Amino acid sequence: MSNTALAIVLAGLAAMAALPFLDTGFWLALAISIAQYAVLATAWAMFSGPTRYVSLATAAFFGIGAYTVAVLGEVLPWPVVLLVAGVIGAVLSLLVGFATLRLSGVYFVVFTFGLAELIRQLVTWFEVNVTRSMGRYVFVEITQAQIYWQLLALFGALLALGTWLARSRLGFALHVIGEDETVARHVGIDTARAKVALFALSSVFMALVGAVMAPRWTYLDPAIAFNPSISFTVLIMALLGGTRSLLGPLLGVVPLALLFEVLTARFPNHFSILVGIVFLLVVYAVPQGVSGLLARLRRGAPA
Amino acid sequence: MSAALQSQTAPLLRVEGLRRAFGGLVAVDGLSFTVHPGEIVGLLGPNGSGKTTALNLISGALAPDAGRVVLDGRDVTGLPAHRLTRLGIARTFQLVRVLPGLSLNENVVAGLAFGREPAWGAEARSRAATLLTRVGLGGRDNQPASILTYGDQKRLELARALALSPRLLLLDEWLAGLNLTELRGGIDLIASLRDEGCTVLMVEHVMDAIRALANRCVVMNAGQHIAEGPPAEVLADHAVIQAYLGDDDA
Ligand SMILES: Nc1ncnc2c1ncn2[C@@H]1O[C@H](COP(=O)(O)OP(=O)(O)O)[C@@H](O)[C@H]1O
Ligand SMILES: [Mg+2]
Repeated sequence: MSNTALAIVLAGLAAMAALPFLDTGFWLALAISIAQYAVLATAWAMFSGPTRYVSLATAAFFGIGAYTVAVLGEVLPWPVVLLVAGVIGAVLSLLVGFATLRLSGVYFVVFTFGLAELIRQLVTWFEVNVTRSMGRYVFVEITQAQIYWQLLALFGALLALGTWLARSRLGFALHVIGEDETVARHVGIDTARAKVALFALSSVFMALVGAVMAPRWTYLDPAIAFNPSISFTVLIMALLGGTRSLLGPLLGVVPLALLFEVLTARFPNHFSILVGIVFLLVVYAVPQGVSGLLARLRRGAPA
Repeated sequence: MSAALQSQTAPLLRVEGLRRAFGGLVAVDGLSFTVHPGEIVGLLGPNGSGKTTALNLISGALAPDAGRVVLDGRDVTGLPAHRLTRLGIARTFQLVRVLPGLSLNENVVAGLAFGREPAWGAEARSRAATLLTRVGLGGRDNQPASILTYGDQKRLELARALALSPRLLLLDEWLAGLNLTELRGGIDLIASLRDEGCTVLMVEHVMDAIRALANRCVVMNAGQHIAEGPPAEVLADHAVIQAYLGDDDA
């Protein structure tokens, strides 16, 4: 994205900050859901797009952020709570990154999926055996409008980071790694370090979204915080939108967030199976994502 | 010339007792040789004799089971590929590897951005354009690498390797699969590198190229060093001919 495009998009986000003054009910809730997935899917694509590593760890980092709020929300001032959530997300992602980014392909997918489950079990064990309380009440003075504004700010920051990254040596290194990792090593790229750096940046944003979203629940337990469906939802959205460009994932987030909203309202009992069908359709029908489709249409090639 | 180079200078590359096995198969078995600055050394041997594996061990794509790789007096055995690259070892691949989703210019910038004398931005783009011209791909900077012919992919790969400002260039059958015109151009290109003082270790089956370019040859068979010397001598050597034609005692 050019600086001008970024400025326009940021101005657009600033304008959207007015929404809570118009409605604080249904539309604000919908906007929060879209903004949440916009940050998560864009952060996911920032790492998985160029490296082509499919991560199912979104729920792990989201959950860490949310749980940090559940534990520290009443104890520390809000900005400090966010900071702690981000730091824990970063530290965990560095550990996990160095341990797993040597894995390739399907091993990485399985590991990241297992990671979310592992952390959920660890937190559960800790709560049952040490604190002797399953679940926590989240008492923090954060309004829905404030949640929405924080998500918009996160999205703006993420887009600015992504724009910088696209021009940076680090971003280019990731691109080369995605093209051919062997070549990447033989042109002097420390592939493990580059991948871990991106994984950490992406994970910090996921943890922050979890922290920002936590006050929406008044009650949190590990099963809610580390719900694996978040990982899958984010994956489908990013794939539908396309991971080639910074705003690509957004093209998947908006229609699917709206669709899921309708599905939960109309078919609450068949939600999971319908999501599965959507997943299959996305992968079969638009393998390059909507943004890839648009790019091909612009070039005039048959889509 | 080769003898003079050897006596006057310390070797740029010294390989000592290099060994690497894959399961029960010893692909490189106690290999030792040297490459002196400014030399072109041919690494010869029949298919499967361990030449590519040797290059992989020298370039850090693989770690040796035993032995040492010494670059300019420094023990670099087992260093990862990106560190060896930054120390000045560049390579091409037997099965040519370009970055198909990137433009020609970006492919070369990949060699400039992280190497020994890194460049980025406008400077890197202009240096990449110069290198593309150098290998005969001038003016095609913005074309995608995916549309290149096989011969042009090989040129692009060489431009990327040269972008690393290598002290030692490893070529793995870089001339294989080229048509006759491309082959002539390719030989001239390597000759021009030699004239600039570039040091090259080249695996090659095109014997005309070896005769035209190499100061010295090292011949491998079944992972082992079986002969060494100037191309004319080595190619007339009894053991070498037997290795290539197949050993009838075996
Ligand atoms: N990564 C590998 N895994 C298993 N065997 C290998 C591997 N690389 C090479 N080999 C084996 O090692 C031997 C030498 O191969 P190579 O170095 O490619 O020979 P050359 O380049 O001289 O044709 C061959 O028998 C080959 O099958
Ligand atoms: Mg070979």
